[in-house]
Amino acid sequence: METPALLVEDLTKTYRPGDRPAVDGLTFTMPMGQTWGLLGGNGAGKSTTIAMLLGLLVPSGGRVVSLGHDMATRRFAALARMNFSSPYIALPHRLTVEENLRVYGHLYGVPDMKRRIAELLEDFALTEFAKRPAGQLSAGQKTRVALAKALINRPALLLLDEPTASLDPDTGDWVRSALERYRAESGAAMLLASHNMAEVERLCSHVLMLKGGKVVDEGSPDDLLHRYGRDDLEEVFLDIARGRARETAA
Amino acid sequence: MTGGPARRIWGLMYRHLALYRRSWPRVLELMYWPVLQMVVWGFITAYLAGVQGSAASVTAGVLLGGVLLWEVTLRSQMGFAISFLEEVWSRNLGHIFVSPLRPWELVAGLASMSVLRTVAAVGPAMGLAFLLYGFGVWTLGPVLVAYVFALMAMGWAVALAVTALILRHGAGAEALAWGVMFGIAPFAAVFYPVAILPGWLQPFALAIPAAHVFEGMRAALLDGTMAWDHLLWAVLLDFVWLAVAAWIFLAQFHQARVRGALLNIGE
Repeated sequence: METPALLVEDLTKTYRPGDRPAVDGLTFTMPMGQTWGLLGGNGAGKSTTIAMLLGLLVPSGGRVVSLGHDMATRRFAALARMNFSSPYIALPHRLTVEENLRVYGHLYGVPDMKRRIAELLEDFALTEFAKRPAGQLSAGQKTRVALAKALINRPALLLLDEPTASLDPDTGDWVRSALERYRAESGAAMLLASHNMAEVERLCSHVLMLKGGKVVDEGSPDDLLHRYGRDDLEEVFLDIARGRARETAA
Repeated sequence: MTGGPARRIWGLMYRHLALYRRSWPRVLELMYWPVLQMVVWGFITAYLAGVQGSAASVTAGVLLGGVLLWEVTLRSQMGFAISFLEEVWSRNLGHIFVSPLRPWELVAGLASMSVLRTVAAVGPAMGLAFLLYGFGVWTLGPVLVAYVFALMAMGWAVALAVTALILRHGAGAEALAWGVMFGIAPFAAVFYPVAILPGWLQPFALAIPAAHVFEGMRAALLDGTMAWDHLLWAVLLDFVWLAVAAWIFLAQFHQARVRGALLNIGE
């Protein structure tokens, strides 16, 4: 049986004793080669979940196994084959695009780094900006650089926190196409936290709906639409966020 | 993948070297204070030597040696802590900590940057001391290497503790990166012997590695003797300081992972 990209068992995080858990008993198994979505309103526990999956945050309970490695004991073995992109974490803005990619090429031990960087610059239409400091780029260009950084090590597991936030529709579409292409070519798994329902419908084969740190529903976008009797995921999201019952399943 | 600790450490160093390559004000700032200190103290000691004769010129050498070697400690500490702060300022720590870079490799990368920054900062001041005032710190002999290493190690220990405080309190603790060594200097016997301090302060001073280095430096320059006991104490105390600082750093790093602070260390 193939090793799952992510095996998450009863994952829990409570920041302070007595507080409501930010993540409460999350359990799922994500296979390789698929893109899954993590949906939920603000404070639903998406960012906390992603931080625990990355080993940035120590869980209060439960465990995470990434690419066959227990994140509590062997997180560096997993991190070498993972990567992450978020518009909320910057890259050094005085370094050029190429220098930034070089830094992460070294940190991830990328072989034939020169060629890999050239490939990424071309794939993300960044060649003409290679010598430009990252801080002088537009929001869309910065997002492309962040994604190029996230793919520098050809990750088997890619975690994305709102990868198209604040992008115009054209650039957003361009980024989504790049992600689809990467998954198809590499067979990698992707977990995507997003507020953009159209993006989730397009990219994800399975969606975890979070509310109050718990998975309140899950399934493929089609399953969820059918189950809630809705035409798009945004309406399903609102049903769940506002506590409305499923129309067909209830 | 063709990665390993050395390549990851180099990756972190490259990030900082690329920054300096493009920013001459940063390079200038590295040299500015050590050179300024050397010029001011050089003229003071030249004045004292001129007024009081040849006996004072030996003392002048001790003062200049103190200035130069204290700069080694200071620049070593700042080189480490400010390189870490560069990651905080650029909000890049999240990316660093989700890479395979181990905490000890982060420390090794910052320490390596501290060595380069210290050489770039203190080297010109040492050259200037010789050109302007005829004082060569290398007259201490080969033991100078041991003294420099002992002082740099103390700087790393203090910087590790400061870095731990930044992990705990965010950039609010950054003022310590600039000022903490100035608080230690009066007790480190840089310009005067430990014996000058009040009796109750002397045990505290003798727990500072730098105090032993400067006692040893004075013995070499004033009496021409090699104070092996002070060198040994300096090295032993460095190990203790580094071990305590590493424990504090690792404890705070773990706590930052528990609190979720690694993604958003800032103000």
